[in-house]
Amino acid sequence: MGSIGEWIPLLWEGTVITAQVTLLSAIVTLLLAAVTGIMRLSKFKIIRGISYIYVLIFRGVSLLVLLFWVYYALPLMGVELSKMTSAVLAIGLNFGAFGAEIVRSSILAVPKGQWEAAQALNLTPTQRMFRVIFPQALVRMLPPFNNLMIELLKATSLIYFITLTDLTYQAMILRSLYLPQTAQIFGLLLLIYFIMASIISMIARMLERKLSAGRM
Amino acid sequence: MSLTMEEQAKQVSVGSVNKVPMVKYTNVMKSFGDLEVLHGIDLEMQAGEKIALIGPSGSGKTTIGRMLMTLEEPTSGTIEVEGEHLWHVEKKGRLVRASEAHLHQMRTKIGMVFQHFNLFPHMKVLGNVTEAPRKVLGLSKEEANDRAIEMLRKVGLADKLDVYPAKLSGGQKQRVAIARALVMRPKVMVFDEVTSALDPELVGEVLAVIKEIAEEGEMAMMLITHEMDFAREVADRVIFGAEGHIVEQGPPEQIFENPQSERLQSFLKRIR
Amino acid sequence: MWDWDYALSILPRLLGALKVTLYATFWGFLLASVFGLLLAVLGRSRVKAIRMAVFGFVEFIRSTPLLVQLFFLFYSIPLLFGFSMTAFMTGVIGLGLHYSTYMSEVYRSGIDGVEKGQWEAARALNFSKARTWTSVVLPQALPPILPIMGNYLIVMFKETPLLAAITVVELLTTAKNINSMDWRPFEPYTIIGLLFLVISLLVSLLVGIMEKHLGKRHTR
Repeated sequence: MGSIGEWIPLLWEGTVITAQVTLLSAIVTLLLAAVTGIMRLSKFKIIRGISYIYVLIFRGVSLLVLLFWVYYALPLMGVELSKMTSAVLAIGLNFGAFGAEIVRSSILAVPKGQWEAAQALNLTPTQRMFRVIFPQALVRMLPPFNNLMIELLKATSLIYFITLTDLTYQAMILRSLYLPQTAQIFGLLLLIYFIMASIISMIARMLERKLSAGRM
Repeated sequence: MSLTMEEQAKQVSVGSVNKVPMVKYTNVMKSFGDLEVLHGIDLEMQAGEKIALIGPSGSGKTTIGRMLMTLEEPTSGTIEVEGEHLWHVEKKGRLVRASEAHLHQMRTKIGMVFQHFNLFPHMKVLGNVTEAPRKVLGLSKEEANDRAIEMLRKVGLADKLDVYPAKLSGGQKQRVAIARALVMRPKVMVFDEVTSALDPELVGEVLAVIKEIAEEGEMAMMLITHEMDFAREVADRVIFGAEGHIVEQGPPEQIFENPQSERLQSFLKRIR
Repeated sequence: MWDWDYALSILPRLLGALKVTLYATFWGFLLASVFGLLLAVLGRSRVKAIRMAVFGFVEFIRSTPLLVQLFFLFYSIPLLFGFSMTAFMTGVIGLGLHYSTYMSEVYRSGIDGVEKGQWEAARALNFSKARTWTSVVLPQALPPILPIMGNYLIVMFKETPLLAAITVVELLTTAKNINSMDWRPFEPYTIIGLLFLVISLLVSLLVGIMEKHLGKRHTR
């Protein structure tokens, strides 16, 4: 019979991988979201078009299929990526498209008067965006991005399919070793994910408090 | 060009006949979609002149001010500031839509205070006032601070430098907004219904500040307002607009004591 | 790299598997809609313990991966309760339960959108509680949220490949099987990728039309 004590080393290894993939994918997601979200508001049709198509396609795909495609099909086009890179790329591309919509709608939600005041003070279009509008949009983005990051954490469990040794993968190994305790192992696994999600929410709330300190 | 402009400006102050107006609207029309809100406005403002635009809501007076601040583009017609086209540049004898660079250069002469203040909520009071001097004029932090504090002192808020706008009353917010616009030293400033969003007891402090600025004299002011007493006290000339036309204009005494048009008479009767 | 003849030869098998995917989506969505409504209504219960339990359930399910929930259902239930369900049924239940928590939020937003006066009018007319829900609140709460529910239909459709993990022979499993037989990953994975993309784009187009239509009706 196994006990929690014996499971911990393996689960810890998995937690580290899951945290790593979550963090790296989150960075890719945020970068892609910021860039393509702002691109969607460009005055140039081509730039708007490119970001529109990116969002359309990568919101429309199924993440797991995308992951399979990147990991198994892409090498046939001469692009061979490590498991970790494949995972981060697939998750980042998929969630970046959702994030772009958050960025776009948060920027659009900043009152028009802010644009006008910035223009009346003769700030350049770039200064208007990055000095006045974006900092305000950032506060609005935090709650939806909190949700998105929790979805992203959950989505990292899919990397089990390409045999990256994340939490879910390690739990499956444990299950094969301690078959009668399957329910306990999965229960524990769910709990660990829940705690990780709670940590993300905590960080988001902290950032929100910090960013909106004194302003509201 | 700039030399003649200076000469012209000098001539204006002496009251010469061929003076170049500070602002000149020529047959300006504006439509929003199918709705035409201004039907050919002609209007001049001299350097340092204070004009008040009055009239019922929907008369298009705010649009007149917003076009000067380049927030709204005229559908047709031209606006000139110190003899230079605001929205256009001349190319081969024809007027073409000006670039953002041209607008940027023209805006250095123009400032605006908004009905809803539009302070930047993520910057403290001092940051609101120093942002443009630093980023647009390229002043150093110290220079910008000095200039900003001087302006904030003028509007009576030198003790609020370190406060976020959310902590201020409406009247205080509007005074910060005035300081923020003044610090750029515009030659003409638009005040767009600056007291309409304020609680009645806070209107006085804002009007007092504007009056003080008006008395200093150098800057031309376009006061778009519902405060008739204020318009009478501060303005050199009052312009009454209705339904997209300028109906009547003249010195305050004439407009308020001896209105000529029926439209103005009934308007004044209604608000009294 | 891309072989049209080969692609065409595997297409029938993939389209056959698409049926399983669509069935799973449909039943999962139905379950999520019904159970989600139940959660939304229970979440407004006057009993604090019920509200807390619903809140806890929703929070926990939403914060943990569907994949792990599927594993839990598929591998633990036979051990814990001594009966087993088919993989397909487990998949539908997992999918349905997971998204019922999202759906309950959607219902909640719809219900919150119904004016307070409507509840008061129903009380004034002496409607029973059940009657108030069925003939006053829900008929007003549901139409505005239909497009959002449509969006979750798309999300669930795109999540069905997860059922491959518990041996449901849907699109992804079929593509995997083809790959392990022929060693040709490119065509099957590209085809199913496109199938998911095209179908979800088509449905989102429909949802967009529905949204416009509803918007018109409400402004009238």
